[in-house]
Amino acid sequence: MPEITYREALKRALREEMQRDPTVVIWGEDVVAYAGGGAYGVTAGLAKEFPGRVRDTPIAEEAIVGVGLGAAMGGLRPVCEIMTVNFTLVAWDQIVNHVAKQSHMFNGQIKVPMVIRTPNGHGRTAATHSQNFDAWFASIPSLKVVAPATPYDAKGLLKTAIRDDDPVIFLEHLQLYSTRGEVPDEEYLIPIGEADYKRRGKDLSIITWGRMTIESLKAARILAEEGIDVEIVDLRTLRPLDVPTILESVRKTNRAIVVEEGWRTGGLGAEIAATIQEQAFNYLDAPVARVAGLEVPMPYARNLERATIPFAEDVVEAARAMMRNEY
Amino acid sequence: MEPTTEWLLERYRLMVLIRQFELRAIEERQRGLIPGFIHPYVGQEACAVGACAALTREDVITSTHRGHGHLIAKGGDVRLMMAELAARKTGYCAGKGGSLHMTDFDLGILGANGIVAGGIPMAVGAALAFKMQDQRRPGGTRVALAFFGDGATNQGAFHEALNLAGVWKLPAIFFCENNLYGEGTPQHKQGAITQLSARAAAYGMPGVTVDGNDVVAVYQATAEAVARARRGEGPSFIEALTYRFRGHYEGDPQVYRSREEVAAWQARDPIPRLRALLSARGVREEQIAALEREVEQQIEAAVQFARESPLADPQEALIGVYGDTHGGAVF
Ligand SMILES: Cc1ncc(C[n+]2csc(CCOP(=O)(O)OP(=O)(O)O)c2C)c(N)n1
Ligand SMILES: [Mg+2]
Repeated sequence: MPEITYREALKRALREEMQRDPTVVIWGEDVVAYAGGGAYGVTAGLAKEFPGRVRDTPIAEEAIVGVGLGAAMGGLRPVCEIMTVNFTLVAWDQIVNHVAKQSHMFNGQIKVPMVIRTPNGHGRTAATHSQNFDAWFASIPSLKVVAPATPYDAKGLLKTAIRDDDPVIFLEHLQLYSTRGEVPDEEYLIPIGEADYKRRGKDLSIITWGRMTIESLKAARILAEEGIDVEIVDLRTLRPLDVPTILESVRKTNRAIVVEEGWRTGGLGAEIAATIQEQAFNYLDAPVARVAGLEVPMPYARNLERATIPFAEDVVEAARAMMRNEY
Repeated sequence: MEPTTEWLLERYRLMVLIRQFELRAIEERQRGLIPGFIHPYVGQEACAVGACAALTREDVITSTHRGHGHLIAKGGDVRLMMAELAARKTGYCAGKGGSLHMTDFDLGILGANGIVAGGIPMAVGAALAFKMQDQRRPGGTRVALAFFGDGATNQGAFHEALNLAGVWKLPAIFFCENNLYGEGTPQHKQGAITQLSARAAAYGMPGVTVDGNDVVAVYQATAEAVARARRGEGPSFIEALTYRFRGHYEGDPQVYRSREEVAAWQARDPIPRLRALLSARGVREEQIAALEREVEQQIEAAVQFARESPLADPQEALIGVYGDTHGGAVF
């Protein structure tokens, strides 16, 4: 199978869906004008291929999202790009009060088929530009939240997200755009709400998503050399959570570590750990452990930044400690 | 009021200091001393220097993602700035802030801001604090000036803040550096009108457009707005037409604008313009050159200082999560 980047996989998904459905449209800041089309190059070239359907907006995130909602109600399928997740904050009223609630609150009179794509995660640019809001989005009923780790998943999930009649928050990790992976030329879709085993193993389950899936895979290779055989459950969708797969894995390995890049308090790891102890308590040989980001605004200095977010080594250490029954 | 030659020389020194600082920071970033990205202020020096010349140390400003020039114009120490860019413990924010968040509150700067338009409401709040506390202050109330770009005028925060300043008649100045682009999107594609000062009318305040590459014009417009604010007559809006000579950030391939356009603006470079004015006033070439050399030495010393400074200890990431571990001042 050919290898392409995460960025290219996303672009192909956009292109295929725009070819398939003339109501699919794109807008956001600099999605046409900028260097490669969007701050991270995902939409490069699409404006030429689909005249009038890819638009640059002013720097006005609240309008980008709110207009997306209105357009969705008006018959389009907007894919709104917010330059980075940090700037979604300006649009949270639209996202939480309007986009998410519209369908349920009006008792299903209207559907909201829109996607909000945004790069999430640490960006090496300090406190206001290096954040993870995945847990926040995942706590909001009526949103679907997707966070792919590989080019294959990114393509299949974005296509599904665009076809979905509910609003989907599509979180791309800032550090993954240039990573490569196999993506078939033939069309495929990946259902929202299904986790994926990125590695099978018997000793403990690592439950994770996004960049931390990649770090966990690195950790698994190191741990394998030490005789620790980990299973990696890549959630791929953060809402709705694939609880059956999480439980299936934990019931087999009897140990679980939830790995996330964002802040620990109120993180998705807390929700997953609670769910495991509610529904698989008797299967556990150890308390569910969490690897998460330090609870500080992200500092600018590389060495300070390194100290605040988890990498493979942190996962390795947590797994070793768990296998030594240290908790 | 015609500015004195001495006054002009000091503006020249500051503008050259900003220019040299930025060019050296770009170089040091390529050499690896500076790990993060920067948004250079090169080309816009007359805006920060002209506007800040109309303020006193007690007046405050808010800055932006393109904030190095504002900090220097308000009296910033280039050693501490370079150290911050190099992520050193001795930097303005001990390596926590970086280019986007580098500031000195002692100089009356309420933060550089990584979020477009994020600083504008803060300036309005500071202006309210001044209005409420400075009623008997000799010389009139302190003022708050918000720097922001053309792109920021399309954010909700801009409109909400200006309206409030207008309603409450606050001693606030809205200083828009219209460099014709927000990242890669030209101003005329972002705004339904191109003369941004016209927006002031919607918020009941005067708006003027000035040549942002003319430090004297910028100073005069700002001084007028300051005088109004001090007299209790409310806020003003200044649009300064300018241009950034470098990319949006250092490394930007700039596919959205032509070389000819950049060259046309470079012909209006605010620094040679002021230099020519100084010569016309009879300032000798040697004096100007000596001043430029001094600035160069200052920048060299700043780079040395940054290089020799230690990195922060990773444990320091945890310090100051709450204000009680840091202290902190009120203006
Ligand atoms: C709320 C928000 N949206 C988007 C960005 C990304 N961004 C950083 S600078 C910038 C352009 C700002 O344009 P302008 O206000 O004209 O300032 P200039 O860069 O031209 O100095 C953008 C879109 C941001 N920092 N904050
Ligand atoms: Mg601009």
